[in-house]
Amino acid sequence: MQEILDQLFVLLKAWLVGFFPLPWQPLVSILISVAALILVFALLFAVATILERKGLGRIQNRYGPNRVGPCGFFQPIADGLKMLIKEDIVPSGADRVVHFLAPIALVAPVLLAFSVLPYGRNMAPIDLDAGIVVFFAVGAGTELAVFMAGWSSRNKYSLLGAMRAIAQMISYEVPLILSSVTVIMIVGSLRPIQIVEAQAGYQGWLPAWHVFTPWGLAGFLLFAIAATAESNRSPFDMPEGESEIVAGYFVEYSGFKFALFFMGEYFGMFAISGLAITLFLGGWHAPLPFLEKSIPSYVWFFVKLFGFIAMFIWLRGTLPRLRVDQLMNFAWKFVLPMTLLNILAAGLWRFLPAGATRWLVCLVILLGAFLALGRSMVARRKWSPRKYRFAE
Amino acid sequence: MDPVFAFLALLTTAGAVAAVSLRNLVHCALCLVVAFAGLAALYLQLNAQFIGFAQILVYVGAVAILIVFAILLTRGSEPGNQPILSSSWQAGLGVAVLVLGALGVAVASSFVRYYPVSPAPQPTVRELGEQLMTNYVLPLEVIGLLLTAAMIGAVIIAMHEKQGPR
Repeated sequence: MQEILDQLFVLLKAWLVGFFPLPWQPLVSILISVAALILVFALLFAVATILERKGLGRIQNRYGPNRVGPCGFFQPIADGLKMLIKEDIVPSGADRVVHFLAPIALVAPVLLAFSVLPYGRNMAPIDLDAGIVVFFAVGAGTELAVFMAGWSSRNKYSLLGAMRAIAQMISYEVPLILSSVTVIMIVGSLRPIQIVEAQAGYQGWLPAWHVFTPWGLAGFLLFAIAATAESNRSPFDMPEGESEIVAGYFVEYSGFKFALFFMGEYFGMFAISGLAITLFLGGWHAPLPFLEKSIPSYVWFFVKLFGFIAMFIWLRGTLPRLRVDQLMNFAWKFVLPMTLLNILAAGLWRFLPAGATRWLVCLVILLGAFLALGRSMVARRKWSPRKYRFAE
Repeated sequence: MDPVFAFLALLTTAGAVAAVSLRNLVHCALCLVVAFAGLAALYLQLNAQFIGFAQILVYVGAVAILIVFAILLTRGSEPGNQPILSSSWQAGLGVAVLVLGALGVAVASSFVRYYPVSPAPQPTVRELGEQLMTNYVLPLEVIGLLLTAAMIGAVIIAMHEKQGPR
């Protein structure tokens, strides 16, 4: 019974595919996966928006949306309808073709990124040998979409927002990839399924997830920081910076195109959280041994995903926005050296004999680097009136 | 011909042609990205997953952004008013046809054609990595050194501004 519950969606798909003639089956199988992905994540997008607005309201000591439906939980439906029937305004100076293509070019790559993540036992939409590379490759495509949106609007605020977004995304892509390299080194594979399988099993009560090793914990924290910046979420949301550049690269978008940008941001957040779960948090494995059999694997994946969404909302409600120079200094002077040292620590972990020694060695390297880098960043700062070189 | 290949070839060629013939430089850069993506898809069609996705990661993700920034920083995005075709395009066409003919004859008469076609290898990511770390480790290190030197040089050029009067 539990087996069937665990494989419910796999069996359902196999049953549906069975209705079609043999040559059609691969195509139908892919189409079913695509439909399921779009449906699940669009629904999750709606749930995440209402949770975010409610959660932010709670943090900021107000109610949040509470008019549509029970406790305001039908608000996303109302919002979606509003977006669909709003007038689509294109500025007269805009480059119409590029302006039209930009939202599509933003959402399509993120949807592609969903296709390589394993959501449960036997539940990866496509099983690629280079799955992690695929994820980062399609993620790189979104930068160009952001540029297209910012440039084609012919608005200086949107162009500034696009510039900020691209600078930020390129800077944080490096630590993002370097912090996931540790996992690839230890597992010895770029296949997401194999990475999840490497984290199966338990040592006593502790699951064998990568986050419970010194390099894994450091890698996970660095990955989470870079992921927050990569998905343009607060405290790294200068590309949108309402107080300075109105709304960044999508100022000139309205109606459903704006909704697509909004959706792209949330989808990016889900995708990168899914990758963090796959790399560090054991994918669809349960946190405790006796829960492994009783609760289906995909439930665990989505429980962890909701944990990430809650963390993102919490961060957004708590932390103030950074300045551009702070963001860049943090990326290149702290996060990047830490990821490089973390790769060294992971290499040592792989070749030192198991036991307390390798824990000690890795911890000394990482904590020492953390303290030294942190201290140097604070110490080097000379507090003096700011000089504006360009904006005078 | 395989319809998928035909479509991808057409897309890549169209992107490349548009990249050299459009008026607006940013449009040209975006069309060049289409050509890059088409090339990546062609690699994928040849079952070279890693190369295909690395092409997307490097060319669509990084090189395209670099080109676009270079265009925005060096000149206005307004299209120029000079004609798209240069005045000596007939001469250029003649040279191109001559080069194509010479290369065609050279390829057709070379002995490469008589080599037996080796079976297509299955280049997995693991195999590529092992080759890079064993047989090709020296070229890899040399390229790494070269790129590091180039990057340090670029940083030094960019830092020069600070040496002047404050």
